[in-house]
Amino acid sequence: MNSAPGTNNPSNPAGTQHFAPPVRQEMEYLCADCGAKNEIRSREPIRCRECGHRIMYKKRTKRMVQFEAR
Amino acid sequence: MATSSRHASSSKLPESVYNPRRHVGVHAEWVSDVSSTDYPGHYPNEDHSWNLEKFKKNLQVKVQRLSQRSIEFDLVGVDASIANAFRRILIAEVPTIAIEHVYVWNNTSVIHDEVLAQRLGLIPFNIDPALVEYRTPTGFNAQPNDRNTLVFRLAVTCERVKNTKKDVKPSEQYINEYVKSGDLVWVPQGEQESVFASNPPAPTNKEIVLAKLRPGQEIDMELHAIKGVGKEHAKWSPVATASYRLHPLIILNPEKPIPPHLAKKFASCFSPGVVTIDKDGEVTIDERNMRKDSVSREVLRHKEFEGSVQLRRIRDWFIFNVESEGPYAPERLFLESIKVMRDKIATIKAAAEGLMASADAEPNLANADGDVEMGEA
Repeated sequence: MNSAPGTNNPSNPAGTQHFAPPVRQEMEYLCADCGAKNEIRSREPIRCRECGHRIMYKKRTKRMVQFEAR
Repeated sequence: MATSSRHASSSKLPESVYNPRRHVGVHAEWVSDVSSTDYPGHYPNEDHSWNLEKFKKNLQVKVQRLSQRSIEFDLVGVDASIANAFRRILIAEVPTIAIEHVYVWNNTSVIHDEVLAQRLGLIPFNIDPALVEYRTPTGFNAQPNDRNTLVFRLAVTCERVKNTKKDVKPSEQYINEYVKSGDLVWVPQGEQESVFASNPPAPTNKEIVLAKLRPGQEIDMELHAIKGVGKEHAKWSPVATASYRLHPLIILNPEKPIPPHLAKKFASCFSPGVVTIDKDGEVTIDERNMRKDSVSREVLRHKEFEGSVQLRRIRDWFIFNVESEGPYAPERLFLESIKVMRDKIATIKAAAEGLMASADAEPNLANADGDVEMGEA
């Protein structure tokens, strides 16, 4: 709850660089078939490293969601 | 009164139990004399006005059975309205602590966030509610602080145990297969570390399964527990059950005793231990075991027992059964309900006195419409 939700990149501690784009963290996807973690890069076929399956799921957001326990 | 068939025995009920004015009749298809009659003006030339001395003499509270989690006690000599008030206070107005706000960062388990949050709310905690303040809609306690909120973390990730064969049972294949209430980690805030040092906040039962996980699934959430009462939501109810029943009374008719050859059948009409049969086949009622009877009315179904027995209940003898779930020891629960009741009475008393005072001072200016505003009781 202490940090702003959704900003889980570990770089830029002091905030000195002004217009530097945030370091691109590689997005991990999950294979729809075997559940292995995969990275998807541009100009590369979308294919699971483990099983060769071609369907990927995006992970759930790490953003905080609030609920009432009722 | 048909009382003479009772045999001399060391375990007897007090004689006053056989006063027919205290009886509720239980018949095959109806109950009779449900309302009490001991109020002024009911019996000619009898004084039934409120009398503290008399009340004190008649009032009796006796614990019959006490265990770690439940208590059975008798409350004798009060009106049903009082006994019922305590029962309702036990269920709905004795405060406890329960999780109210759930902040979810991640939950990839198969159980939905909403459902998991609801389950978390129902976990009973060992936290003494006296050490925690209520959250209020306005004022200082409107915001969470270390006096009104307890914080727990639930961060569990399921993993595969390395180097195990596939054919062993799931509990040996996975770490954190079950998310249990024992996985909650208390995060002390401010002065809480010292306030709760002697009894660190935790669930009363550490084995409640909250969710099931498979490798790769994760739960990461923060939980805020606050003080509340059962009338707001049942998760704050300190009891599993709080109920009473009236003491049963079985009266045999000495004019028409049970014939010895029917004694066994007669005994089987009641709960075990209620009826005793001596060696001559004579039937008696064990007075101390009478409370065990379920008053099933089975005996009234048989023609041969017609007129030889009467079923009653004692109108002002309440057998309470209270099961504690949460921070209170079972024997403490009834005392807590009395505390709540006294608070309510104090509120009403102050309001009534305020009403009298304002009516005395300015009879027409008490309120524009003559109503009196009362605070939250």
